[in-house]
Amino acid sequence: MPLPRRHIPAFAGAALFAAMFAAASLRYDHFFTPATFLNLLGDNSFLGIVAVGMTFVILSGGIDLSVGAVVGLATVVTATLITDYHWRVAPAFAAAIALGTLIGAGSGCLIHFAGLRPFIATLAAMFLARGLAFILHLEAVAIDDDTHTRVASVALHFAGATKLPVTAIIFLTTIVLGTYVAVFTSFGRSAYALGGSEEAALLMGVAIDRAKIGLYALSGGLAALGGVVLTLYAPSGDPSAGVGMELDAIAAVVIGGTLLTGGVGSIPGTLVGVLTTGLIVTIVKNNESLSAGTTRVAIAALLLAFVALQRALTRLTSARRDP
Amino acid sequence: MPHDTPRLRAPAPSRFDAWRSSAVFWPLVALVALLLLNIIITPNFSRIEIRTGRAFGSIIDILQNGSLVMLLSIGMTLVIAIAGIDLSVGSVMALAATAAALLITGGHPPLWIVISAPLALAAGVGAFNGLLIGRLGLQPIVATLVTLVAARGTAQTLSDDQKVRFDLPAFQSVFDGLLFSIPTPILFVLALAVVVALVLRLTTLGMDIEAIGASPRAARLCGLRVELIRVTVYAFCALCAGLAGLVAAADIKEADVASCGLYLELDAILAVVIGGTSLTGGRPHIAGSLIGALLMQTLTVMLQMHNIPTEQTLIVKAAVAILVCLLQSPTLKPRFFRSPSALST
Repeated sequence: MPLPRRHIPAFAGAALFAAMFAAASLRYDHFFTPATFLNLLGDNSFLGIVAVGMTFVILSGGIDLSVGAVVGLATVVTATLITDYHWRVAPAFAAAIALGTLIGAGSGCLIHFAGLRPFIATLAAMFLARGLAFILHLEAVAIDDDTHTRVASVALHFAGATKLPVTAIIFLTTIVLGTYVAVFTSFGRSAYALGGSEEAALLMGVAIDRAKIGLYALSGGLAALGGVVLTLYAPSGDPSAGVGMELDAIAAVVIGGTLLTGGVGSIPGTLVGVLTTGLIVTIVKNNESLSAGTTRVAIAALLLAFVALQRALTRLTSARRDP
Repeated sequence: MPHDTPRLRAPAPSRFDAWRSSAVFWPLVALVALLLLNIIITPNFSRIEIRTGRAFGSIIDILQNGSLVMLLSIGMTLVIAIAGIDLSVGSVMALAATAAALLITGGHPPLWIVISAPLALAAGVGAFNGLLIGRLGLQPIVATLVTLVAARGTAQTLSDDQKVRFDLPAFQSVFDGLLFSIPTPILFVLALAVVVALVLRLTTLGMDIEAIGASPRAARLCGLRVELIRVTVYAFCALCAGLAGLVAAADIKEADVASCGLYLELDAILAVVIGGTSLTGGRPHIAGSLIGALLMQTLTVMLQMHNIPTEQTLIVKAAVAILVCLLQSPTLKPRFFRSPSALST
């Protein structure tokens, strides 16, 4: 089977990730270990979960700026319910995720029924979620609960001291389920159809209202799940958690080969994007001579290189299709 | 558009109706209503007094604190009018502020260099945005996301990730001083807004910008120099951001790389959209954007005077933004308001 051209950017990303990992392994001792890779998965799990939801929205040609704020809100809701109201862990998690889904569905309704641009509707949702988080708690609150600690310490143990933490397990599960939904369900296909052409999707018989609102609800729900996973990673509810995460998520999705114009992209590509950005940060952490400022410039340059490469490939393939 | 034809047959709209359907109407109503509400419920809101040659009062506070977002929104209006977006303005503020602070503490060059060099740097970043979009064909949101990260990163590298304190009375009197007892940032906003509005009105640039916003392809086929205009508009937007950065630095006599201008791009975009400029491009409404920025600032100051923490005012901001956008929404408006144009469709 020939390699579908639309997957080239994602494969290019994977190749670059492998090259970077190899270079880092040669440069640093003890870098080339399974533990490094598993830590990479664990440390970026919440960003990855958020990015999966973002991928669906971007596939449909939209954008969701509220995810970072929803992550913050979800950590605060979880912490408040567990610490202040002594809820059990499971209902607290469920409540946080339900709230995130609701906020996402709200943005979807504004976009579909009022015809607001996704950028503005989700920007308003971002302010709303952040404001709600600050109303619950102005400062970060610790989560001190035995069940929560036990859930957070669940891990798949491998030979030696290497283990796959629960956060990474949830992340990988999200990737697998997300891929299934995107490829094999009509909901997932309608995201691609909407991104390709909304008018064509409508004529084709896609229930646009249900699909659109559902996509933003999914993004909100996954962002809240990201927040819940963040509390497992660091047991506290912080109203300013996830600030700027929407931009990281967008960057990861774009590096993973999903086009911001919608219609083209994949969930496994997003996995590559998340791991690539995560690897850059890990390498920089290993290298004391690179400052925080240089890291930012490096990430920006890499993002630019990726998008330029994508553009070149897209032009190349469309030129071949109709000579 | 099909529903444009019956509008021609509808009765000629009265002057008030024409004005009511203009983009600036609802934001202006919201601002006036909010100011009236404040005069009633907030004690001492409308008082302006002049002490030691300086005007004090809530209204002055709103204008002065809102001047950063107003400066950003002037440039952002033009960018959005050509169907673009500029996420990098907050980072460009930090870059310009850091550059100015380092120039002052470094070599004590003459004042005009301290002012013009950071502004030129900012405009250069903006031109780079324009080139990325035009030459590489990147989407504005991606291109300016790259410069958002890179500009603040460069500022951090230049300043070794430290706040840079400086003291240059001449610099402060330009960007944080008084002229006719009015703080200079307010005058900058006024001057810039008037100049831009006049340029849009009196030169063909206004029509060119609208044409590019409506369809870049058609504009190019009509012989407009789309690339040149785009680069100019993004450079101007970044120039406004640079100016805002200098004002922010002069205010606290310090360039704070970590927090200067952080997330102000979102406030500016919101102000522009509330002001009636469409995110899909089209006619720029400079006055609307200023009203949008003032509306947000009035809300913030009002809630502060009622002792509500700034962080929680975000909710009210969100509610007002949604409300104003809904009032302007093309799909909802005809259902709620029976304006002549809506009746005919």
